[in-house]
Amino acid sequence: MFDASETGLPARPGVGYKAQHFKDILDTPGTVAWLEIHAENYMGDGGRPLAQLRHLAERFAFSVHGVGLSIGGEGPLDSAHLARLKHLCDWLNPASFSEHLAWSSHDETFLNDLLPLPYTQATVTRVADHVDRVQEVLGRRMLLENPSSYLAFAGAEMGEVDFLRAVALRTGCGLLLDVNNVFVSATNLNFDAADYLADFPVEFVGEVHLGGHFADADDHGAPLLIDNHGAAVVDPVWQLYAGLIGRAGPLPTLIEWDNDVPDWPVLAAEAARAARILEPVA
Amino acid sequence: MMQEGFVKALLNSDLPVPEGLIDSMGRPAGRRFSVYRNNVAGSLTEALRASFPVLEKLLGAEYFAALAGVFLRAHPPTSRMMMLYGTEMPAFLEGFVPLAHLPYLADVARLEQARRETYHASDSTVDAAALAIAPERFLAARLVLAPPVRVVRSRYPVVSIWRANAEDGPAPMMQSEDALVLRNGYDPSVHLLPQGGAAFVAALQAGKTVEAGMDAAGDAFDLAAMLALLIGNNGIAALEEDL
Repeated sequence: MFDASETGLPARPGVGYKAQHFKDILDTPGTVAWLEIHAENYMGDGGRPLAQLRHLAERFAFSVHGVGLSIGGEGPLDSAHLARLKHLCDWLNPASFSEHLAWSSHDETFLNDLLPLPYTQATVTRVADHVDRVQEVLGRRMLLENPSSYLAFAGAEMGEVDFLRAVALRTGCGLLLDVNNVFVSATNLNFDAADYLADFPVEFVGEVHLGGHFADADDHGAPLLIDNHGAAVVDPVWQLYAGLIGRAGPLPTLIEWDNDVPDWPVLAAEAARAARILEPVA
Repeated sequence: MMQEGFVKALLNSDLPVPEGLIDSMGRPAGRRFSVYRNNVAGSLTEALRASFPVLEKLLGAEYFAALAGVFLRAHPPTSRMMMLYGTEMPAFLEGFVPLAHLPYLADVARLEQARRETYHASDSTVDAAALAIAPERFLAARLVLAPPVRVVRSRYPVVSIWRANAEDGPAPMMQSEDALVLRNGYDPSVHLLPQGGAAFVAALQAGKTVEAGMDAAGDAFDLAAMLALLIGNNGIAALEEDL
């Protein structure tokens, strides 16, 4: 059913690719083993974005990370968008494709944000049907990422880990475990991040994300962390990550930094920090 | 059904937060919902800033952000590709009464939109030999323009305004200017079209011959200058003759 040649990403650090780092990445080989791109930024017909990708793909494994498929949408998946994803994946042949447990469009409107889902049986069915369709069209297994949560649904029937496990079991998809998202959600919704990770089915994890967030407060003065991919990974997230890797063994790990993107040495230092945690267990 | 109400409340802050959204204590979500409102407005504003940098410079960052807030609610994206978000901006500006005293802004937006399309257009290169043809056959041939080629016609000095703000060019003089956007390599370049040039390019885009294009361009048209501009910037993809 799926591309049998797919071996997945190397269990080493990667970074989210930004065009301004093109030369630095080529000039400092060995800093990262793989690169991740946001699929939607590479859906043009040509020009520099695709030319850079073509060049880098000769040297690095790639992860294609979709941000616009709206897998949790109440309506059907956008067939035209799915076709564009297939075109990109067929052309680049990435080591991994991933998307989010979220929705981002309704009818004709695309919101360009990852919006939350109620964890119910009905949502499991809908998300699983959409994941099935994606895997069928792309002809490859996908990874589904846990979101950052800022609120909860009164009608929830299960926790997030049980939800993700149910979708993975029904569809055969893998999971992308964003440790910063776990930390953000745990703080915002008052649960224990370590318990969440201890319960997480690591056997399904094909990739880990690490990123930064910023701190705000809700109406009652309680901490409200916002996942903005605009800062360094905080120490408590590194500690959770080290615990995870200690238990699960080495996993492909992405440093995700999309806003206020730093100079390459800053990003490379974050990747090196992940490498120091991964190497002892490799 | 939940998502429809969610979307309406996201785009209209006057609407109450949808029911059933809570914090960990079961209290109404309140400003937790605002995180999503802010993310949506913030990310779309950022996409518009990236797309219309000269417009932002002309209006100032604060005004541009306010304008983006109005625009994104009137025209939320219908495509998942942010690289093309904002195609309605020129028409929106033409109808935006508070900026009616700056009527050239719509054409500036058109030019920025054209540059963006050019940046992402298909690659094409053609070697000079493919354009070689006997002079007596040239006028009856058709020139196929490269995919990145765009024209923006204006009653205002759109090229000078763009250059003054994007490339520190001299202050614009009040005159009509037509812009030609080309791409030689990966960076779009903006050129002032010679008199009649826009009509000539439009004729070529409509599949007409060089001779028909010259007729459309009028007597003052300088064919040699026009061809130098196009060929020198990889603007011609092919030359076709009737069999």
